[in-house]
Formats: sequence, C-alpha cells, structure tokens
Amino acid sequence: MLRHFRASVVMLLLMTVLLGIAYPLAMVGVAGAAFPGQAGGSLVEKDGKVVGSTLIGQSFTGEGYFHGRPSATTDTDPADSAKTVAAPYNAANSAGSNLGPTSKALIDRVKEDADRLGKGVPVDLVTTSGSGLDPHVSPAAAAWQIARVARARGLREIEVQALVNQYTEGRMYGLLGEPRINVLQLNLALDGLAKR
Amino acid sequence: MTLNGWAQIALFCGLVLLLTRPLGGYLDNVMAGRRTLLSPVLRPVERGFYRLAGIDPSEEQSWWVYARAMVVFHIVGFAFLYFLLRLQDLLPLNPQGMSAVAPDLAGNTAVSFLTNTNWQSYGGETTMSYLSQMAGLSVQNFLSAATGIALAVALVRGFARAESKGIGNFWADMVRVTLYVLLPFCLLLTVFYVWQGVPQNLSSYVEATTVEGAKQTIAQGPVASQLAIKMLGTNGGGFFNANSAHPYENPTALSNLVQMLSIFAIGAALTNLFGRAVGDERQGWAILAAMSVLFLAGVVVCYWAEAGGNPLIGALGVDNAAGNMEGKEVRFGAPLSALFAVITTAASCGAVNAMLDSFMPLGGMVPLINMLLGEIIIGGVGAGLYGMLLFAVLAIFLAGLMVGRTPEYVGKKIEAREVKFTMLAILCVPLAVLGFTALASVVPAGLAGPANAGPHGFSEILYAYTSAAANNGSAFGGLTANTVFYNGTLAVAMMVGRFAIIIPMLAVAGALAAKRKAAASAGTFPTHGPLFVGLLVGAVLIVGGLTFLPALALGPIVEHFALLAGTLF
Amino acid sequence: MSKREKSQSLLDPAILKPALLGSLTKLDPRELVKNPVMFTVEMVALAATVLTVRDVVTGVAGSGFQIQIVVWLWITVLFATFAEAVAEGRGKAQADTLRRMRSETMAKVLLGVGDTFEPRRAHTLKVGEKVLVEAGDLVPGDGEIIEGVATIDESAITGESAPVIREAGGDRSAVTGGTRVLSDRIKVRITAEEGSSFLDRMIALVEGAARQKTPNELALSVLLAGLTLIFVLAVVTIPSFATYAGGAVSVVVLIALFVALIPTTIGALLSAIGIAGMNRLVRFNVLATSGRAVEAAGDVDTLLLDKTGTITLGNRHATRFIPVTGVTEDEVAQVAQLASLADETPEGRSIVVLAKEKYGLRGVDVAELHARFVPFTAQTRMSGVDHEGAVIRKGAIESVIEHARSLGITPPVDEVTRIATTVAKEGGTPLGVSRNGRILGVVYLKDIVKGGIRERFAELRAMGIRTVMITGDNPQTAAAIAAEAGVDDFLAQATPEAKLHLIREEQAKGKLVAMCGDGTNDAPALAQADVGVAMQTGTNAAREAGNMVDLDSDPTKLIEIVAIGKQLLMTRGALTTFSIANDVAKYFAIIPAMFIAFYPQLGVLNVMGLATPQSAILSAIIFNALIIVALIPLALRGVQYRPSGAAALLRRNLLVYGIGGLVVPFVGIKLIDVVVAAAGLA
Repeated sequence: MLRHFRASVVMLLLMTVLLGIAYPLAMVGVAGAAFPGQAGGSLVEKDGKVVGSTLIGQSFTGEGYFHGRPSATTDTDPADSAKTVAAPYNAANSAGSNLGPTSKALIDRVKEDADRLGKGVPVDLVTTSGSGLDPHVSPAAAAWQIARVARARGLREIEVQALVNQYTEGRMYGLLGEPRINVLQLNLALDGLAKR
Repeated sequence: MTLNGWAQIALFCGLVLLLTRPLGGYLDNVMAGRRTLLSPVLRPVERGFYRLAGIDPSEEQSWWVYARAMVVFHIVGFAFLYFLLRLQDLLPLNPQGMSAVAPDLAGNTAVSFLTNTNWQSYGGETTMSYLSQMAGLSVQNFLSAATGIALAVALVRGFARAESKGIGNFWADMVRVTLYVLLPFCLLLTVFYVWQGVPQNLSSYVEATTVEGAKQTIAQGPVASQLAIKMLGTNGGGFFNANSAHPYENPTALSNLVQMLSIFAIGAALTNLFGRAVGDERQGWAILAAMSVLFLAGVVVCYWAEAGGNPLIGALGVDNAAGNMEGKEVRFGAPLSALFAVITTAASCGAVNAMLDSFMPLGGMVPLINMLLGEIIIGGVGAGLYGMLLFAVLAIFLAGLMVGRTPEYVGKKIEAREVKFTMLAILCVPLAVLGFTALASVVPAGLAGPANAGPHGFSEILYAYTSAAANNGSAFGGLTANTVFYNGTLAVAMMVGRFAIIIPMLAVAGALAAKRKAAASAGTFPTHGPLFVGLLVGAVLIVGGLTFLPALALGPIVEHFALLAGTLF
Repeated sequence: MSKREKSQSLLDPAILKPALLGSLTKLDPRELVKNPVMFTVEMVALAATVLTVRDVVTGVAGSGFQIQIVVWLWITVLFATFAEAVAEGRGKAQADTLRRMRSETMAKVLLGVGDTFEPRRAHTLKVGEKVLVEAGDLVPGDGEIIEGVATIDESAITGESAPVIREAGGDRSAVTGGTRVLSDRIKVRITAEEGSSFLDRMIALVEGAARQKTPNELALSVLLAGLTLIFVLAVVTIPSFATYAGGAVSVVVLIALFVALIPTTIGALLSAIGIAGMNRLVRFNVLATSGRAVEAAGDVDTLLLDKTGTITLGNRHATRFIPVTGVTEDEVAQVAQLASLADETPEGRSIVVLAKEKYGLRGVDVAELHARFVPFTAQTRMSGVDHEGAVIRKGAIESVIEHARSLGITPPVDEVTRIATTVAKEGGTPLGVSRNGRILGVVYLKDIVKGGIRERFAELRAMGIRTVMITGDNPQTAAAIAAEAGVDDFLAQATPEAKLHLIREEQAKGKLVAMCGDGTNDAPALAQADVGVAMQTGTNAAREAGNMVDLDSDPTKLIEIVAIGKQLLMTRGALTTFSIANDVAKYFAIIPAMFIAFYPQLGVLNVMGLATPQSAILSAIIFNALIIVALIPLALRGVQYRPSGAAALLRRNLLVYGIGGLVVPFVGIKLIDVVVAAAGLA
C-alpha cells in the first residue's frame, strides 16, 4: 500500500507539471505566435477600442440595428449577491434558459415576443440560445428585420438586403452547420454604410 | 429533418469508422509497450517517470493489486484537487480574483473530475481560477481518461490471456496512454481549435464597450488546451458554463465536427483493440456494430424530435421550420445539436453544444436512456468498452445456453464468478440512479432543485443522478445543484457509478485471465455475426432499459403526451 | 430421441398425486430459500396477504381485487413447487422399484479358512471383507470377484433380462449389490460400503436427494437473483416517484408488478429442468455421478470412440487366408485353425468357422490335442498353441516377425509386409500365422462398419464435435476404416498411455473430451476425460474413474449423452430468455394501469386495450402464474433438439423463445383480460 502511495504522489506531481503547467503554457505560447487573433479571443476593435468579439454575441436593442436572439444570461443582483437578475449577453456568465418544452414560463415568454414581432417570425428570434451568447441569427431572422432596419436608418430595403446577403455565411464546405449571419459584424457594416 | 442533416450524420459515422482501425492498432501497440513512431521522444520521458515513482513497468499485477493501485492513485488525486480548489484564492494565475471554492462544491468537483464524470455544479468562468482549470481540472481530465483506458485494456487482457495471474500493470498502462495517446493528440487538437477561434491566453477578462455603448465583460482563459482533452478524454467538463455551446468553446461547425469525432475516436478504437487482442478483429467490429445500432436509433429519435420543433411554440404563430431552437445555437441548428447530444451521452462525455433541458421530451429522453443503459454506446474512453463487454458477458450467459453449451465468450467460459461480479457491476447504476432520485423527489432539499414544474422537473432530478451514476456529467441544467444536498448525493452517485463498476469489473478480468481458453468450433456460440449483435442490443435494452421504464414513464414519456395535449406546467 | 428411452407419461396420476402433496410441503420457507426467486415471491405474497387481511378487517374498499391478487401470488409459488415435485416424482417412481429389490440381504462372510462362512446382514459388511455368493443368492454388495465364474442376473439394475457372465480376473470381474447369481459360485471382495454402493448412489440420484446445484445452475441462480434485486430497486422507488407526481400506488399493486417482472418462469422451473435432465439420462440407462457431468457432456468438443462395437460391429470376421510364396492356402488354414482352437474371441471363432466352411477342415476336439494353449497378452500380442513340439502362433504382423527372429529364422519380411499392407489398406486386419517361427501366411480379418454411423458423425460435425476413433489396429487399417466410417481422426495402435496422452493434448488445446471405456487400463483415461462413461460390464476401477456409467454397456450412447447434455442447457437458456422477454408486455400492462389515476395521458401506453386498470394488473399476474404450468411439460421434456451448428440453433431458439417471449404475453394477457372482464372479476 505504501508503495502505491509513493508511486501515486510522485506520479501525480509529475503529471501535474507536465499536463497542468507545461502543456497549457506551451500552448499559450504556440497559439499566441501562430494565431494571435484567435488566441486572444477574436476581439473586434473600433476606433482603437474593443467593442466585443466576433464570436460573442452582444445585445442590440436599437431599431436601426439587427437584433440577435433573446439571451437568458444573468448576473448577480447588485442589491443581493444571493440573487440573480436578467443580464442578456453577459459574456462573463454564459447560460441557457433551461426551460423545458412544457414550461409555462417558456411559452409565456415566447408568446410575448411572438406577439410583438408578428405572425410567422422565425423561431430563432423568439428562443434563447444555449450559451446566451449566440453571435448569429438565421438568414430568415435577418430578413425578418430588414424592413425595420431600413426604415429606422432611412435606407432602401434593397441596400440592407444586399448587406445581409454579403454577410450571410453558408454551410462550411457547403455541408457543415447551418447558414447564419454574424449580427455584430452585420451591424458594424451597417454603421460603416451609414458613414459613407 | 433535412437531407443536409442526414448527410452530416452520415459523414460523422463514416469518419468514426475510418478512424477505428488505425487508431485501434496504434492503441494496441502502445498498450502492449511496443515501439511506436513517438517512442524515440517519449520513451526516455516514460522511463524517467517510472524511475522517479519507483515503478517496475514490467511487473504483472493481479486484479486486486491493479485495483488497489488505481484506488490509491484516486485518493491522492482527490486530496490534491480538493485542496487546490479550496486554496485557489491564495495561488497564482487567478486574474479575476476568484474566491476559494466552497467545501461541498470542491468535494463534489474533485470527485466529479476524478471519476471522469465532470458534472459541474458551478459555472467555469464564474468560479475557477486559471490555475484550477489547468493544473487541477485539466490534469484530472487526462488522468481519469487514462485510467478508463487502462482499465478497459486490463479487462481485454482478461479475455485475451489464458491461465495468467496478472492483468497488466496499472502504472505502465496509465503512463503509456497519457504520454503516447492523449498528450500528442491534444497538442494537435489545441492548435486546431485555436485556429478555429478558441482562445488560449492567460489574460484577465476583456472589458468591451459594445456598439450600443453598454459594458460587456468577456471571459478569457487557456480554453483550447483544456477543450482538447475534455473532448478526447470524454470528460466533458466545460471551461465555460455553457460548455461547447459557448461560441469560444465551439466556434464553428468544423470545430464541432472535430469535437464530436474526439468523443468517439478512442472509444471506437478500443473495440478494435479488443478484437486484435482476442485474435479476431471481427469480435471488435461486432461490439462496435451493437453500439452503432443503439447509437443510430438514438440519433433518429432525437433528430426527429428536435427537428419537428415545439408544437406549443408553433401554435403561437412562430415559424417552426428550424425546429426546436430554445437552448440551441444557430450555427449548429437542430441536426448538429441533436447529434452532439446523442454522442455526448452515448459516450460518457457530457459536453453539450445545446441545452438538453430545453430539448423536446423525447429528444431529451434519448440522452437519458443512453446514460441509463450504462454508457455502453462507445461510452467513456475505456468505460464504454468494459461496460459493453460486461453486457456481452450477460447477454451470452442469458441466451448462450440456447446453443447447448456452457456459455463462453471469445474462448472464456462464463461461470458463476463472472456472472456474480457482472451482476454486481450492472446493479450499481440502477441502485444509484433510482435510489437517489427516489430520495430527492420526496425530501425538501431535493424538491428545491428543479427549475421546471411537472414531469419535466422530475426529469431534471432523474437526469442529474443518471448523469452522475453514469459518469457522464451533462445536465438538465435547470436543476439548482450547487447545494449541500445535491453536491453530496451526486458525489456519492458518481463514486458508486465509477468504483462499484470498476472493482467488480477488474475481478471479472482477473477471473477470466486465470481461465484456460476454450477452442472454438461449429458448436460455439458465434459472437461476431449479426445474430450476436441483435442479441446484445436486445439484452442491453431489456436488462439495462426496462428497469427504468417506470421512471421514464413519469418523466419524459408523460411529458410528451402532456405536450401533445397542450398541457403546460 | 431414440426408441431406447422408456416412455413415461407426463400426466401419470401415480406421479401427480404425490406431487400435489409435495408442492405444499415445499412451501416451507427453509426449503424454498434455496430458490431465491421463488422465495422472494413467497415473502412478498406473505406481505400482501397480511396487508389484505388488514384491509379486509378495516373494511377498505376494493379489497376484492386485492384478494384476487394475493390468491394468484400464492398460486404462482405453488405452481413452482409443483413443477419441482412433478419432476422429482418421476424419479421417485424409479427409485421405489430399485428399493423394493434391495430387500434385506444376508451375506455369507468368509472366515478366511476354506469356504467356511458366517451369515451376516449385508449392511454390516466392511470394505475388504470377502463373501461367498452361490447360485440363487443376491450379491450382498458391490465387489470384485476374486475366485470363480458365474452367470448373474443384472436385470434389477439394467433392465436387461439376459444373464451375464462374470469371472475373476480381467475386465469382467465386477459385481453389483442387488444382482442375483443364477449359476455357479463366486467369492467376492467387497469394495463399497453400505450407503455408498452403486445401488445407493443410483437411488439417491434418481430421487434427487443428493442433488446439488451444478456450476451452470449456480451461475444462472446468481443471475436471476441479481435481476430480482434490480427489479426490487425498480419497484420500491416507484412510490417516491408517484408522490412527486402527486399520486400514490397501492402496495399490493407494487407487489403485483414486482412479481410480474422478476424472472419467475425460469425461477420456478429451474430445478425441475435439472432433475428432468438427469432423469432423461437415467431413462437412457445411463447414470451420472453428478449433474456437473451432464452439463460437461453438452460442452464436449472431442469424442473418443472405440472402434470396436461403436464404429464397427463388435466382431471382425476372417474372410480369407493368404499364403506366402511356397505355401498353400490349405496349409495356412490348417495352422490358423489350430492356433485358434482355444481362442474364444469372436475373431478366433470366425477363423475356425472359415477353415471349416471354406476349406473343409473338420473341427478338432481340443481336449484330444494335448496341446498347451498360449493365451493372448498385451506384451506378446500373439496367441497360439504348443502342439507336438510345434510352436504355432498367430498375431499382429510385427509380433509374428519378431517371434520368427527370436527363434533365429529370417522371415520373408517384404512379402508378408506387402500382403499385410494390402489387407490393411482395404480396411481389414492382417493376422500373421506362423509355425515354429516360419511365417506361412496372413489371415484377412474384416471389420464391418455399422450402418448409419457415417450420418451420425456428420451430425456431430455439424454440432462442432470432432470424433476420434481409437483402435489397436495398425495405421493403414485404421485409416481405411476411419475413411469408411467418416470419423475426423483416428488413433491407431492405441495403448492406454497413448489414449491418455491424446486426451491431455486435446485438453491443452482448450477442448473438452468425452470417452468411454471398460477395462482397468482405461481408468486413467476415463478419469482424465471431462466426460468418462464407464460400461456397466466393466471393472470397478473403470466405474470409479468415470463420471457416468452406462448400464447397457453400449458405447454408441456417448452420442446420446452429449445430446442430453446439450438439451438440458438449451432448455435452461430458452426458458430464461423467454422469461425475461416476457417483461416487456407485462410493463405495458401494468405501468399505464398503475399511473393512469394521476397521469391520464399514460393511457396511450395501454396498447393491449385492457379493460380496466385492475383487470390489466390481474391479467398480468394471472398470465405470470399460468405460464409456469404451461411450460412444465417443456421443462420436463426439454426443448426440441436437432443436431446442427450453434449459429443455426441460436437463430431458431432466439426466434422461438426470444421473439416468442416478447409476443406471447401480449396475446396471453389480452385473452385473460377478456375473460377477467367478462367474468366481472375486475
């Protein structure tokens, strides 16, 4: 037993040094050298300030922006640290709603959004994502918003449509995943368009 | 359901099958201590490890010594991880200033990562320092996976050897898997994941000012290196709370595909290693075929359920064409979310790329059933193979008598001793799952957990204990599990699910190794054909599945019919 | 099976009546605890009874349904004990016959001086004592003849009415207690004490008194106990789950579900199957010393079969005399006849007959010859006579050549060997004949392969069993006969050592070996073989070494013994599979019935459309009980067995008992439900 104990302790220390320290640190080095952008979190800067990450969705509420999906992330209640409050797109605390399909809370929430957005709204615009940080919406969800965005920005729908088309990513290699639009990138492009 | 969805599923299955044989051969070489491509670099490291730890890698251990070495290693590992988490506030690499992890949570988490469960009662980015993630959790991701593979190989040796006392050397097995298999693949995978967008840094969280001018704190960390082993070792413990649904932890459909392949690769390859070890690769393919039948059945049901969407949402005038999107990411959609869910619960990974709690009742029942069957569909690295082999022993014993001979499997007669230990191992999942679920569904501390009302709440409790006992780690996340009651009972369930299977399983290995090998003839039960595959699937479903029918009836099944009737809870 | 099996009706009233009584006495929990599944049923039936009595006393509504459930639970237990009692009853009938015969025998114990003896009761005999048995006496105990020869009626044990000859020395010296000496007198040394004699063992065996669980039965019991435990968990947790859902389930309903789920069918029939398997062997006139041996018979991979009597008709016949150059056929015939006059073996007699019929040589009166007979020994492998200074010998070719050389004569080795090879290649046995060392010629002894044996071996091959022919013949002869008979392999010029070596070799390859034998020199091989069948006519040493004794002394029976062993295992497997597959339907009957009160949505699962929740539960439990009785005949008879490969057997049995086990209860429960509903029982 003692022999096993010694072997266990030594082995665990060796493994911790190798797998827990050397391996991740080496990878930080390699990744930073090979793919600095990705390794650093794919951050997006605008006018020298970090406005977010292309991979992380953020909250858009203005009429002139494309909106992402509802987000179920929360934050601790500043008033009471034991409680939480809704905080959409809180990228320091990813989470889904975890509401089941027969949940009254879920159906009530969706009903409210669906009533507001109108009949035939694409499902991703009324459902929360798994991470609460989904950077994408479906092409249908973007199309659903073109009229509103164009109206708010005083642009022609066809111009906005063109931009949406430009930012629509197809399936990877025509096969993997689903067609989607990165909301942050689309909105940044919209702002760029307005400036011109 | 779309053609594209099916094409992606077919692509995944095809790639797994392509990987099985070459990887199986490589694993076989490594575990037998033969020379491999990496030997020139790694052999000196390996030798150094043995020397420092005072181990003779060629010493054959009896099943009992093997088990003891494994248990002692786990006890030491537990103590180390527990104190690392308790003291993380005092240790370096903690840019966000995370406080010490509470005792019950630290205990639960240590058990969870040691048992390859990776149940998380916490959210990674709000609880763990980088040091805890790297030197604590990641290390156990490696070691628990290596242990699983070592144990499976020990059982395989039981089948392969004849009249032998030993079943291998735990230390040598564990070190070889780690050095020659897990670490090299993880180096490659980490670089790949970073390329796809997964962060790998030690920076503090980024404070961004959003386009609309709000503040957004974006969590960072050495994500990719941990992600690589989390998938390859079927651990599943997310760096972030949202796990592989988090865009940082699974940025693209390609990273998603590689993650799914990582989950299955070693588990599938081990079936081939089994075939090679017993001298007939068809035996391995038969096991893999049985796993595949169960897997595909799960995929069909789950994909069908998720692609159909929630009729209650459809009734509100929402366009449901994309399926049930609550808790899912747009880049994956219904097909990849369903596929990932089935894979992660078939293997005991537990990583998720969509929130299972929000799956349709039948869609969520598939992961639940996968785990209730004992994680034998590919399964956790190693755990899946030994779990399935135990079922094979049982199936052979049940029906093998029908050929008019004492049942035997790959030349080993199945007798009272093997049946006894096999039953013991098979008994412990129902014991932990049903026992604790029954407890939690009546005591106030348990009833406080579920976030959802009605049958779905019951499913949340059932899912938690199932996930723990099956060492999976995925969750119906609505359950508030970070309480003393759940942390404690789930930790016990995880230990039962790991050790109460491993120790009888090793006893079976020891008993089998000591037997002489019976010669095969036309009168021997053929265990490499479709008939055996069908029998094995039947035994798994009837013995593994029927036990849980009452519980499933009161959870997902009744919820499904309630949903159809438009009942809300 | 074959015609040799003595038929025994399944529903013989002589067996049924005591069985009904037996099924009640077997309810004793101390007895029943050996069967964990049925013991569990009895315990929960007891609990249900107590609860129901309480409910009836306190006047709880709906206790009529509860009473019916309780009644059927008890019936389930009774059916199980009944099955075992019936199986035992069939053996008991046999044992009683044996006992009647073993009346109080008196033994004439020799005092050591001449033939003086003192009469003593047989049961006081000690091992090693010598007794005198005269015409008309019953042999007082198992023993070995040390002096004399006698005809003995063994019909009491073997059922064979023709008397047999037993004599001192050699392979026919064993006598069995309870048999009767018909003529002459013999002195017997007792080799078994009262209580452990052959007859006692036989009675104990057929009665099932000495029955112990066989290894496979033990393993199956463990499995069934494990499954029972799993279902305990599945059922005891239901009340909590129901509470969560805001409902409740009555204890009696839970007990009904539990009993329906646990493998009662196989649990009830397991011991009956074992007893019946043993009885099948007994009815084949084979006694196994343990159930383990019967199981091992099913596992046999290699059968060692003696050529003579098993593959070929017992006797070889001389068909030709072949002279060497310069000798006439008549001369060979004459010398061969002389050499064989005292040879009472069938071969010897056939030489005399051939000489007489074909060569017109008159039989010579042996007594007149004043010749000295030289008997066959294993060392010389020759026999013959020394007559008027002439040394006449016949025997194996090598031996005769050796014999010639020992007398200083150069034998025509080439020619003799050529003739012998020709004979051997045709499947015959060459026998050299010599006078004063000069080899005159060769006797052609022809072996006749039994009709239909080739097909039997083909069947065995399909079952995956390799047959090896054991023969003392030379390799050429052996090869020719082996080819004719269709065996897979042969061992020529077999010595006891060679046999033993062959068995060990096969076993080292992981094979199970069965063989039969009768001689003392077979004893080591019989002991080494996994299944050793000793012939009843054999020596005590052989009978002790084997683990089965064939009362008919018919070596072909090995094949049937293997079939019985396989059938036993198959019956167990089939009923286990059936029993477990049944659970699917039972769940579909009981689960909706149990939960419908608080989750009406689950009514969808009532796929059988059972009338009411109560009738559903009752029907399931009635089906569960009735299926036991329905399967008793199958348990006793064994499942149908056709020799074929494992894959084909498995496919067929999985279809019948696996798929059948899934489907039958759906139909059965529905039918019972129709009756229950029509009768207004629930």
